[in-house]
Amino acid sequence: MRFILKKIASTVFTLLAVSLVLFISFDLISGDVATRLIGTSATPERLAEARAQLGLDQPIAVQYLRWLSDFVTGDWGVSYIYKQPVSELLAAKLPVTLSLALLSFVLMCLIALPMGIFTGKHAGSRLDRVLLVVNQVIMAIPSFLSGILISWLFGMVLHLFSPGGFVSPTQDLAGFLAYLAFPAIAIALPRAAQTAKLLRGSILEEAGKNYTRTAYSRGNDTNGVLFGHVLKNAFLPVITFLGMSLANLLAGSLVVERVFNIPGISNTLLTSIGNRDYPVVLAIVMWIAIVIIVVNLLVDISYRVLDPRIGEED
Amino acid sequence: MRQGTNTLRQRIKELPRPDLFCVGLALTAAVLVLVILGVIFSPFGATTLTPDRLQPPSPGHLMGTDKMGRDVFARVTYGTRITLLVALGTVTIGAGVGTLLGAICGYFGGIVDEIVMRVMDALFAFPNVLLALVFVSLFGSGTFKVMWALGIAFIPSFARVVRGEYIRCKHLDYVKNARLQGVSDLRVIFVHILPNINGVLLSNLLIGFNNAVLSEAALSYLGIGSQPPFDSLGQMVSASQEVFFAAPWTVLGPGLVIIVMVLGFSLMGEGLRSDTEGLE
Repeated sequence: MRFILKKIASTVFTLLAVSLVLFISFDLISGDVATRLIGTSATPERLAEARAQLGLDQPIAVQYLRWLSDFVTGDWGVSYIYKQPVSELLAAKLPVTLSLALLSFVLMCLIALPMGIFTGKHAGSRLDRVLLVVNQVIMAIPSFLSGILISWLFGMVLHLFSPGGFVSPTQDLAGFLAYLAFPAIAIALPRAAQTAKLLRGSILEEAGKNYTRTAYSRGNDTNGVLFGHVLKNAFLPVITFLGMSLANLLAGSLVVERVFNIPGISNTLLTSIGNRDYPVVLAIVMWIAIVIIVVNLLVDISYRVLDPRIGEED
Repeated sequence: MRQGTNTLRQRIKELPRPDLFCVGLALTAAVLVLVILGVIFSPFGATTLTPDRLQPPSPGHLMGTDKMGRDVFARVTYGTRITLLVALGTVTIGAGVGTLLGAICGYFGGIVDEIVMRVMDALFAFPNVLLALVFVSLFGSGTFKVMWALGIAFIPSFARVVRGEYIRCKHLDYVKNARLQGVSDLRVIFVHILPNINGVLLSNLLIGFNNAVLSEAALSYLGIGSQPPFDSLGQMVSASQEVFFAAPWTVLGPGLVIIVMVLGFSLMGEGLRSDTEGLE
């Protein structure tokens, strides 16, 4: 329990540090926000008024605290370009990207875990060797390329879905998930290959240890040893990797959204970077940071639950 | 794992290990030859427009032509150069700064180590592409800015590995010996320890190349990086995606080169790693 509280405290600290660094960096490059908002033709009085209204005449520490409390309460600033609250702009898009990343995470586990266990169990067999090569090739295919190939194969040849025909989750949740499944596979594939390889190696390493021999000597068959003893230990490094994967899959979603024309945050982020629309960029980056940092916290806690030896000394 | 550990161990030992490094080297060499051939022999420029749009591959146009009638092969060789250049810069920046930070942190330890590694850990939690996107949004887009953005994003992975190696090495006898003889700390770090971690560093450099090519491809696919008409490989895929069904070669040409390049670097890295780790 103390460990969990400590972890949560350090997570909050990291979040604050990240938000401070991001706020200051974006503040430094934003230049004169008041001029950008009302235009260069505005009178000096009008500009000063706008600055006072936005709180830009305050010291940066006060500005940061104001921005932070606004952010926490759901006010993420106003877009320079769309003149619209950022929260409205992102409300429909963030959930789409997050669902895509989560769905690819689920698919990744569904592909990688059975494959890792199978190749670990049958290491050295012909199928294992074939899968090793296939794995290595899959890792080398960028997700946008496999996305294009998937939308061609499943969309144009097999007619399982219509590429570009995104279904809104509010209209038809099942259709939404069915559409997202295809980009999710493209995002999940390279990471699944890496996970399967890691799990295979981990199983082989654990299988060479003494407790495996003991487990055999007590009369267990291979499956008994594998599922009852080896896997529990072999999973530990894989769990860290899975935790880090979620961040990776989120980045993958940003790329693959473009292949499948999915109205997630990717397009908004890229146009806002191009337009130097910093409130939007800051809000999106901050949200991604929150998701990644919180996931890391969950991974740390689950790791501790699975292996109580870890982190005992601190 | 049918009959217990002993047979399993034997079977692990008997696993075939083709020389991964050589296969990887061959693939990478093939890509380099392609670039050189393209530069020397291609009769078309990367931006030359011809009226022959979307022509399939033929002896005249080895990879066909794209929707503006440009020779895909010439563009691929040019794009590969950009991708390789960015990857080279990325790895140089990431490995250079990362090695320096990792060496100093690992060797000296203490409060500086604590602070620097905390920052590195925080950065390491973010995927390269995302970090690079943040840096690009701060500093702007363009080939060299992307190189810097990715380079900074690559620092933590090198710093962590090198720091671990220095912590391992600094208690070894040859380091103690050197220090007893009054060799300065800087000399111990760079002249005594650094050559001894070459193997680890090299395999990480190759893995870094593999990741750099993939990250650059993803970023340029998103339209960040080199500016048209001098596209890098990812942008070529992105620009030709809409004609994929009509002219798949416009996508597959640059796509295959990315795959071969990444495969080459990753196999070389794998080969080296299994050599240095020994795998018993």
